[in-house]
Amino acid sequence: MIELRIHGRGGQGAVVASKTLAQAAFQAGRYVQSYPDYGVERRGAPVVAFARIAEPGDDLFVRQDIREPHHLLILDSTLLDSANPLAGLRNGGWVVVNTSDPPDSLGIVPRFRVATVDASEIARRHQLGTAAQPVVNTAILGAFVRATSIVSLDDLLTAIDHEVPVKVEENRMAATEAFEQTQLEVTV
Amino acid sequence: MPERLLLTGNHAAAYGAMLSKAEVISAYPITPQTMIVELLSELTASGRMPAKFITVESEHSAMAACVGASSAGARAYTATSGQGLALMHEMLHWAVGARLPIVLTNVSRAMAPGWSIWCDQNDILSQRDVGWMMLFAESVQEAQDFIIWMYRVAEQVFLPGMVGMDAFILSHTAEPLIVHDQDAVDAYLPKFEPLYDLDPAQPRAYGGLVNRDHYFELRYKIYENMDRAGQLLVEAGEEFGDVLGHKYTPLEGYLLDDAEYVFVSAGAMTSNVRQAVRDMREKGIKAGLLRVIAFRPFPIDGIRSILAGRRKVAVLDRNMSAGHSGIFAEEIRSALLGQPDAPPVYGYIVGIGGRDVRVETAMDICDDVLVREEPEMALFVGVKGLPIGPLRKDASIRPLQPLEVMR
Repeated sequence: MIELRIHGRGGQGAVVASKTLAQAAFQAGRYVQSYPDYGVERRGAPVVAFARIAEPGDDLFVRQDIREPHHLLILDSTLLDSANPLAGLRNGGWVVVNTSDPPDSLGIVPRFRVATVDASEIARRHQLGTAAQPVVNTAILGAFVRATSIVSLDDLLTAIDHEVPVKVEENRMAATEAFEQTQLEVTV
Repeated sequence: MPERLLLTGNHAAAYGAMLSKAEVISAYPITPQTMIVELLSELTASGRMPAKFITVESEHSAMAACVGASSAGARAYTATSGQGLALMHEMLHWAVGARLPIVLTNVSRAMAPGWSIWCDQNDILSQRDVGWMMLFAESVQEAQDFIIWMYRVAEQVFLPGMVGMDAFILSHTAEPLIVHDQDAVDAYLPKFEPLYDLDPAQPRAYGGLVNRDHYFELRYKIYENMDRAGQLLVEAGEEFGDVLGHKYTPLEGYLLDDAEYVFVSAGAMTSNVRQAVRDMREKGIKAGLLRVIAFRPFPIDGIRSILAGRRKVAVLDRNMSAGHSGIFAEEIRSALLGQPDAPPVYGYIVGIGGRDVRVETAMDICDDVLVREEPEMALFVGVKGLPIGPLRKDASIRPLQPLEVMR
């Protein structure tokens, strides 16, 4: 069972990112769960969402908080400084960050693997959200798929067709470009 | 063909009402309402679900509208949560006394104050004695299917039924859901045939004054039909398997055959207890799980036969009746009382107000029950600063001020 945690800010699409990723794995025939961390949701405030993806052979599924995720998606790099998003992350886990900076510049300790992509720039270019508040969820998912290969890019694109309510073609292009532009750093 | 979708428990419940071809949905559309009726309003507005959707000013009125619709011969459905179910209470009684097979979904939320959107089961269990059937769902799939199963039984005994779904853990979590083929559901659940119509050509009085020489018999028949619903749940659960592909039962066991220690659970946390029971087995502990799905009618005979002769029974209650015990533990003790080979029942209170009940929580309870000598009415698990155990003995409970001082 693979457990994921997604950190973002209200308006960036963290909850839809969780659902879309789960949908991609579900289409690939795997059992999944997706849920948001329910709280007071305001634009700009930190938001957390989660997903569970079964691995072959998993026949029981739990229903409890994800405390020790295998991988993280971070939709806003300023959360690295304020929201302690690395808490509980398992050794060797991927930290996929939306930033224009290269992976080795983030000061993330070497027991984790880091991938970066400028999802905000990609989202702006495709007019997803506004220039001030781009919706980066589909772009960061492209980077996540590149880093982890937990689902295929094709499955992700089909899930975007299914889950994303507007600008489907732009979101597909954002995910594909992010997939191609992701910078990976393997430090383990 | 059945469809496989990734949906939340809320949306699964809406699909359950749609597949059941509910004809009237009445709901209060504001907090503590859930996305169940949001989706139902969309489905009815778009014409996909040919039902009348009535928004009302309170949950009390929502149930009153369901009472009216069901009296007129319509299949009626509503959904609520927490305080909303409490506000509905008076009309819940009406649905029973009027013998109306209404079905509702309750998303179980902890009661306020303090306000909470998180789960425990005190809201639904506070309606224990009203005379509604009650089923507890563990999965998103069951949040849909139990509505269909419930209508099948409700319309045979002319009693209403509610399906409990744990807030957030099921209501807001998306999981794979098999949306059954409509023709198959139609075959399982035929059109509702009311006993009486509201027909101006044949005027009748409903809900009138009943003297001492009739009321007791009316209630006796309610008890009788609730009792009969126990067997009908079994039969309708089997038919569900035949027609729709998954058999349901009022009780579900896991690794029970040679189990010496049986853990009893209901609702969504059961998934974690099941995993824990498997982990216990790997440690060599002869553990098993009994999940209570039907709470009313309570499957007393099944509980007696399954639990007889076990070494210990640990009941996990996501609820509490302050001053007594957890409510499932209380019901199970009562079922076992005086039975041959009745095991001791250890009551554990967990997860109040949505506190996470984890696989580890069940493992901790296992460690506790293995060594605890005397069964306790209520052992609290996960209260900050306290180990698993009964109420603290040295509690510095502040006595009330004398009346004069308070003035």
